Amino acid sequence: MAKIGVFVCWCGSNIAETVDVKRAAETIAKIPGVVYSVDYKYMCSDPGQDMVKNAIKEYNLTGVVVASCSPRMHEKTFRKAASEAGLNPYMLEMANIREHCSWVHDNKEEATQKAIDLIRMMVEKVKRNKPLQNIKIPVTKKALVIGGGVTGIQAALDIAAGGIPVILLEREPSIGGHMSMLDETFPTLDCSQCILTPKMVEVAQNPLVTIMTYSELEKLEGFIGNFKATIKKKARHVNVEECTGCGTCWTKCPTKVTSEFEQGLGIRKAIYIPFPQAIPSRPVIDEANCMKFTQNRCGICAKICPKQCISYDDKEEFIEIEVGSIVVATGYDLMPTSAFGEYGYGKYPDVVTSLQFERMVCASGPTLGDLQRPSDKKKPKTVVFIQCVGSRDPEHHKAYCSKICCMYTAKQTMLYRHKVHDGNAYVFYIDIRSNGKNYEEFLRRAQEENKAQYIRGRVSMVYQDGPDLVVEGADTLTNSQVRIRADLVVLATAMVSPIGVKELAQKLGIGYDQHGFLTEAHPKLRPVESATAGIFLAGCAISPRDIPDSVSEASGAAAKVLGMLSKDELEKEGVVAIVRECSCTGCQNCIRVCPFTAIALKDIRDKAGNLIRQVANVNPGLCTGCGTCTPTCPSRSIDLQGFTDEEIFAEINAMAELH
Amino acid sequence: MEEKWEPTIIAFVCNWCTYAGADLAGTSRFKYAPNVRIIKTPCTGRIDPMFILSALERGADGVIVSGCHPNDCHYNEGNFNARRKYIMFRALLTQLGVDLDRVTFAWCSASEGIKFAGLVTEVTDRIRKMGPYTEFKQLNQDAR
Repeated sequence: MAKIGVFVCWCGSNIAETVDVKRAAETIAKIPGVVYSVDYKYMCSDPGQDMVKNAIKEYNLTGVVVASCSPRMHEKTFRKAASEAGLNPYMLEMANIREHCSWVHDNKEEATQKAIDLIRMMVEKVKRNKPLQNIKIPVTKKALVIGGGVTGIQAALDIAAGGIPVILLEREPSIGGHMSMLDETFPTLDCSQCILTPKMVEVAQNPLVTIMTYSELEKLEGFIGNFKATIKKKARHVNVEECTGCGTCWTKCPTKVTSEFEQGLGIRKAIYIPFPQAIPSRPVIDEANCMKFTQNRCGICAKICPKQCISYDDKEEFIEIEVGSIVVATGYDLMPTSAFGEYGYGKYPDVVTSLQFERMVCASGPTLGDLQRPSDKKKPKTVVFIQCVGSRDPEHHKAYCSKICCMYTAKQTMLYRHKVHDGNAYVFYIDIRSNGKNYEEFLRRAQEENKAQYIRGRVSMVYQDGPDLVVEGADTLTNSQVRIRADLVVLATAMVSPIGVKELAQKLGIGYDQHGFLTEAHPKLRPVESATAGIFLAGCAISPRDIPDSVSEASGAAAKVLGMLSKDELEKEGVVAIVRECSCTGCQNCIRVCPFTAIALKDIRDKAGNLIRQVANVNPGLCTGCGTCTPTCPSRSIDLQGFTDEEIFAEINAMAELH
Repeated sequence: MEEKWEPTIIAFVCNWCTYAGADLAGTSRFKYAPNVRIIKTPCTGRIDPMFILSALERGADGVIVSGCHPNDCHYNEGNFNARRKYIMFRALLTQLGVDLDRVTFAWCSASEGIKFAGLVTEVTDRIRKMGPYTEFKQLNQDAR
């Protein structure tokens, strides 16, 4: 026989002003099964909680209803109190008579009647509640970081600093990402390589970090604390352990290929390391261009390698790893420039992207920092920078702001003036966004000390006239047309999500938006978590960010990983689905609708081991307790604990009996 | 019938969006009709059409089903399942002779306290005009 205790809270005057709490408690006391019903000024206070605890002990209560504020506010508080008094916490329910009643109604009679109804519904529910146990999930104390740019490197370093082994996964032959391509960085003009390389070395030498380059995630199974990832290790054709990175192979390789790292401005060989500071500094053979693969000739590298590290027969490998948590830091790409015919990219060699400009001024770039324009190696005397190329253009391209272009363009005008002291730098802009520490000051330096000339307006077209480019645009401040003869045009193209990120997100079971940027669990309050438990996000994978933001997020995500992996077991609520196997027909309706693939078929066998039938089986580790499965079951064999059919029908009936 | 008849509305809402939206209506002190009784489920995907029939049979004059907006579901796609179910269920309700105006399906997010308040008042006013729902209740009583 149920023995229910009911505690009606006044919440000072918040409830008591509109709801006759005394009458509510007295009316509820008459419901069969209610053995104790009382009202009190502040149930959440210590004396209030003590009332609950004492009543549980004194009356041997089997269930408790606290009628007060929203369960989002104090359900935890009261369930903990119940638990301390020896009652299963799931045997306590809250009736929300503040947010859903006293605060939204004026008429005391009506509000009191409603409060009584709400309490009565909860009493009927709690009579049918069953004690539930929280689910304990074992945890693999190892993390996977996907993406080896500065964000991924920082996340891996911070996780390792907490004593957790990390695997750092990178699909390119080297870690370093886009930051390794930059010349100097705003707003301090630090040389990008000078600050990144030590971090790359640090992560490579950290005994807790395993770097897997030229590798991609093939498949992910499992759930929070217990992921099983299959990694595809692409064929490198070089024995990384034996190779010393001496460079003989790529010096002798006869095949020249345009370098991706140099943004097409330099060349590399078919066996190559992407850039001198690459980690690992071990080459990789580019199968698409190597003559051994395309024409089955050459083979020079294998012949001359002093350590015989090169194997053309290398095949891709699949490696299974178990991790407890994952950080996705897959970064960005620049928008393909083919989209901008009006600016003549691809048609005129002297129209370049901002990333190409970085390589043109970088001391380790193809010209070793000597700024030459691509067409005739001339030092450009006039450079036009065009901002918002593809960004903030909802009609044609991306509606969002790429966030970093204003600042790097200001930086590039400075880098340019440092190379060409009497050069003219023009910047076409829509608005200037310089909201970061020391950003506005930096921008002013570009404009005032380095004489960058800012023109507010857009460029309509760029065309060639003799050796020069002509930039036609509008100055919307003076309301006039502008025509500038330029030697070089630099396009600040939009940041977009990298190729393959949607497929990756699908493998991981995490969300992404219409642009392919990964979706946070909450944009403000859970900015580094995905909606899937155990998978965290950082950096430009979420949306355009600058280096400081990306690095902060990396540390944030790492802190989340460490917090999660600091426990031996994870605990989650006992609100999960359960199957009544005796009546389950194995129709698989529930399996089809489950958003978390938490349900699978289970074999039922007789003593001899013969398969009799198959039934649905819920993995409580994966089940999130949404209950989508429950109404789809034709034989009512799957139910959601904590929100069972019986419990909800009891609420409906309780409500109806009064009307 | 009673002198001053007031409709009874049962609202089945999801925990993450509409329940929180109703909480927000409370914290914002948006007033609405006191006729509604909220039943919380984790997700609109949990809501069984039988709940709605049962509510009508047990004396509700109108039913609200409300959850997260499409693509905002805490469980990714539970609300899509709910929507699919509801589309099927509407046809069944028509067959059963239930006026579809008695069952309202809505999206109301955790930040839409004002929308929730408006929804309840609007549905209450509509049901008040339609009068009490007695058909199922009558059947239920006859059967007893």
